[in-house]
Amino acid sequence: MKEILLVLFIFSIVLTAMVNRLRTYVKLLAFQGLVLFALSFIELDEITPANLAWISIETLLFKSVAVPWFLFHLINRNKITREAEPFLPHFASLIITVLIIAASYALTTLINDLNADRISFVTALSTLFFGLYFICSRRKILSHLIGYIIIENAVFILTLSIGNEMPLLVNLGVLLDIFASVLLMGFFAGKIGDVFKTDDISSITSLRD
Amino acid sequence: MQYFNTDSLSILMLGALAVVLVPVLIHSLIYFRDFKATAKRTSVYFAALAVLTAALAFGYTANHIVLTWVFTEITTLAAGVLIYHHRDALALEAVWKYIFVCAISVTLIFVGILFWSLALIHCGSSDLSYANLTLHQQQMNPLWLKLGYIFIFAGFTAKMGLFPMFTAGIDAKDNAPSPVSAMLSAPLVNLGFTGIYRSYAVLALSPDGSWARVMMVATALLTLFIATTYMVKIRNYKRMLAYSSIEHSALVILGICFGKAGIMAALLHLLMHSLVKSGLFLQMPQLAKTYGTKMMDSMGGYLKLNPTGALTLLLGLFSITAIPPSGMFITELKIFIAMLASGHWYVMVLCALFLTVLIWAICKSIISVIFLPMAEEDELKAPKIKVSPAENICILILFIGAIYLGYFCPGYINELISDASGLIF
Repeated sequence: MKEILLVLFIFSIVLTAMVNRLRTYVKLLAFQGLVLFALSFIELDEITPANLAWISIETLLFKSVAVPWFLFHLINRNKITREAEPFLPHFASLIITVLIIAASYALTTLINDLNADRISFVTALSTLFFGLYFICSRRKILSHLIGYIIIENAVFILTLSIGNEMPLLVNLGVLLDIFASVLLMGFFAGKIGDVFKTDDISSITSLRD
Repeated sequence: MQYFNTDSLSILMLGALAVVLVPVLIHSLIYFRDFKATAKRTSVYFAALAVLTAALAFGYTANHIVLTWVFTEITTLAAGVLIYHHRDALALEAVWKYIFVCAISVTLIFVGILFWSLALIHCGSSDLSYANLTLHQQQMNPLWLKLGYIFIFAGFTAKMGLFPMFTAGIDAKDNAPSPVSAMLSAPLVNLGFTGIYRSYAVLALSPDGSWARVMMVATALLTLFIATTYMVKIRNYKRMLAYSSIEHSALVILGICFGKAGIMAALLHLLMHSLVKSGLFLQMPQLAKTYGTKMMDSMGGYLKLNPTGALTLLLGLFSITAIPPSGMFITELKIFIAMLASGHWYVMVLCALFLTVLIWAICKSIISVIFLPMAEEDELKAPKIKVSPAENICILILFIGAIYLGYFCPGYINELISDASGLIF
C-alpha cells in the first residue's frame, strides 16, 4: 500500500513536469496533500483522536485545502492561466525529471547502511531535487512559490521515512513557520503582479551592483 | 523552559543585540521624524522590529537544533516585513528575493537536520538537542554527519552572509531603512553564526572535524574573493557596507577553523563587527539628508557640509577596515597569528592579499566622500539639509565601544568568550 502511494506521488511529480497550466499545478499540489495524508495515516502507530487530528490538520487541511485555495485566489486575482514559455520545452523537462529520479535511486543504492525506508527516501530525494529544478526552469513567480511547496512536501516525506518523532511543541513551530512563509510569499507574489504588471521573473532585475 | 538555556555564547550574542538595539530604536525615531510615514506603516515597522528582536533572542538561546531552525525562519518573516517598509517597486523586488532565498536556505537546514536525526537513530537516541548530538558525535555515521553539516552550513550562510547564499542579504540591506539594515547586518549575522557555530561544535572533535574545517576555509576564502571583486567597483554606500559584512563573516569563519586562539579572536571580532557595522549603517540617513542619494559618486566635501558626521564617518572607516586604532586590528592580527601557528601560512597570505585590495577600495570611496569637492551638477541637486551633531552620539558610542573592546577587553567578557570557545575546545 505504501509503495503504491509513493509511486502515485512520483507520478504527480512527473505530471507536474509535463503540464503548463498553473491551475493544474495547484490541483496536483492538492492531490499530493491527499497522498501525504494517506502515507502518514499508514505510518501511525496507534489511532488516537489526538494524532489523527494532528495529521489531518498537517496534510488535509493545510496542504490540500488551505494552500491550494490561497493559490487559486492569487491566480484569479492576477488573471494568469498558463505557464507561458518555460526556459526548457516540456519534453526536455520530462527527460530531466526522469533523470533526477534515476539519479536519486542510484544515489540511494550506493548507501549500504541506510536506516530509513528506501523507497520513501528515493521519493523524498527526487522530489527535493525536482523542486529545485522546477524553480530554476520556470519564469512565473507563482511557479516559484509552487516549487517551494513541492520542496516542503519532499521534506515531509523525508521526515516520514526517517521516523524520528519530534516533540509536539517543536513540530507545531515547524508547521506554523511553513504556513506563515507560504502566506507571506503569496502576499508578495500578488503584490509583484500589481506593481510590476507582470508575473515574469526575468523582468524583475533592477537591483544589481 | 527545557528548550532554552543561557550559555556563554548566548549571553555574548544577547549582549551584542541589546547594545545594538538601543541606537537602532533611537535612530528609528529620528528616521520617522525626518522621513514621514503613515501611522499604520510606523506601527507595522515597530511591531515587526519587536518580533525580529524576540526571534533573535530565542534563536541565540535555543539548545535544540530544530528550535534554532524555527526562530531563524521567524526572523526571515519579520525581516521581510521590515525590508518592505518603503512599499515601492525596488523594496518589493528586494523583499521577494530575500524571503525566497531565505526560505529555500532554511529548508536546506531542515534537510540537514533530518540527516543528522537519521544518524542519531542509528545510535539509539532521538533527542536533537545540541548536547545530545555532541555526546554521540563519535558514534554517528560519518556520511550522514558530513552530508547533514553541508546542508546546515549552506542554509545558515543566507543569514550570516557567506558564499553561496549571501546575495539575498545584499539587496535587502540596500533597500531596507537604514536602522533595519543595521539589524540585518549585526544581530542577524550573529544568529547565522550561532547556528553554524553550534552545529560545528557537534562534529568539531569527531574524525570528520578536519573535513569540516577544510570545507569552511574554502567557503570563507571564496567569500572573501567575491567581496573583494565587488568592492572594487561598487559605488553605492549601503551595498558597500553589505559586502564589507560578508568580508567580516568570512574572517570570523576562518577564525573558528584555527584552534582555540582563533575561535576566541573570531568571537571578539564578531562582537566588534556588530557595533561598528550598525554604527556605519546608522550614518546613512545623515548622508541621505545631505546629498539625497546613496551613490558615493554624487557625494563629496562631507567635512564642510557636516563636520561632526564626517569625523564620525572617518572613525568608522578606520574601525571597519581594521586600521589602528580600530579594535578589529587586534583580532584580525590574532586570527592571522592563529593561522601561522597552525602552519597554514598560505591561507594567511591569500587573506592578506584580499584584505589589502578591500581596504584600498573602501578607503578610496569614503575618503573621496569626506574630503574631495562635489561635482557641480551634484551640488545643485543635493538637498543639504542641516544635520544636528547630536545625531552622531549613539554612533560614536558604538565605535568607541568597539575600540574599548579591542584594547581593554573587560575580564568578564574575556571569560565569557573563553567559556564559549569551550563548546569546541
